[in-house]
Amino acid sequence: MQAIVLGVISVGLIALALGGYLTPLSRIVLSPFISAQTWITTRFQAINDLINSPSDMTQLRQRNAELEAEVARLHTEIIRLEDQAKEVEVLSALVDFATANPQAKYLGANVIAYDPSPFMSYVIINRGSDDGLRRGMPVVTSQGLVGRVAAVNPVASRVQLIIDPGSHINVRLQSTDAEGVLSGEITGEIVLENLPQDEVVQAGDLVLTSGLGGSFPPDIIVGQVTGVRQHDYDLFQSATVQPVVDFASLEIVLVITNFRPVDISPLLPQ
Amino acid sequence: MIPSLLSIPVLAALAMLQSAILSRIPLLQGTADLVLLAIIAWSLHDRVQNGWFWAVVGGMIMSMVSGMPFGVYLAGYLLTTLAAILLKRTVWKIPILAMLLMVFIGTLLTQGLSVVALTLSGTPLPLLDTVNLIILPSLLLNLLLSIPAYILVGDFANWTHPLEIEV
Repeated sequence: MQAIVLGVISVGLIALALGGYLTPLSRIVLSPFISAQTWITTRFQAINDLINSPSDMTQLRQRNAELEAEVARLHTEIIRLEDQAKEVEVLSALVDFATANPQAKYLGANVIAYDPSPFMSYVIINRGSDDGLRRGMPVVTSQGLVGRVAAVNPVASRVQLIIDPGSHINVRLQSTDAEGVLSGEITGEIVLENLPQDEVVQAGDLVLTSGLGGSFPPDIIVGQVTGVRQHDYDLFQSATVQPVVDFASLEIVLVITNFRPVDISPLLPQ
Repeated sequence: MIPSLLSIPVLAALAMLQSAILSRIPLLQGTADLVLLAIIAWSLHDRVQNGWFWAVVGGMIMSMVSGMPFGVYLAGYLLTTLAAILLKRTVWKIPILAMLLMVFIGTLLTQGLSVVALTLSGTPLPLLDTVNLIILPSLLLNLLLSIPAYILVGDFANWTHPLEIEV
């Protein structure tokens, strides 16, 4: 009889529990137990941490130092790889340029210094007469004209950039074949002068070497016209030109070694 | 003799620093002249007697490195050294002020000579642009660097010219 009663009560409790009718009751009953359990577990973990932390901290600090060293090494590696990628990109562009212009012979050179005088726009390259360089040889990059070799010693050369105030280059506009003289300025700009007034010059026109005067081979890209200065009372119009080469970040250049500039000064009238 | 010979590696190193680094970070178009600063600081030092030698070495090195007509740097540095020695012998007892004044004078002298030489050699230099874009920024940079240069070169001069004590 007792067993039957217990069985009925058990079934009833299970049925009530499954029906969700015991939930409020269980919350009230279990809540103090859970709180006590949480309190005990937290205190135990705190004591456990206190006992074990010295060895853990030492290990963690060691691991942290190892990881920091690894991060620093990886940063260095990334910088080195980025430098290599940049160099490969530059060299690849130079190879493409040399392949596209097979008529010229090129010698690659590193830019090792800029002229210490703020008045002069020259760079020094690590190739000299021992490598076959001669005064007057044109210097280019994959973008376009850089300048010409102005002075040579056995192991290095000085290159006059086209933005130097003393630089004057005969050029032509690709769009109209109008010819003019490109001169460097102290402001770092280059100006296209002596353009005939009747020529139509527009911003964006491409400027190429004309080959006149024999100082540079023809058809090397120099820059793009950015603005035109035209006055009715002037004999010629002029234009400002944006060089295609970024002279602030020159690293590797190509010297055209099979071009010998022609000295036309004996032919000029005295 | 040794302090004079030491000028060669010291000024060569400064010229290399100038052409490799400082020339790539201009203020407008102006750049600092480390060799000039070193020569001035050296010449103004109490115990230094060979300022001329430093000026000649510095002028030769810069003339070799730069595309400027030969002799411009040499003349500029020699004139600056002359002015520094005259200033040292006369009234200036506060060396740091003498340094600032000499950097001002030296920068104007060397850059003025450069303008004259380039103009005579046919390079057009608009005066206003030259002053605004090159001379004034270079002057500012030189003045900014003059105090550290004075301290460093002063320490170097103290090391090469130890104080003699009579016993």
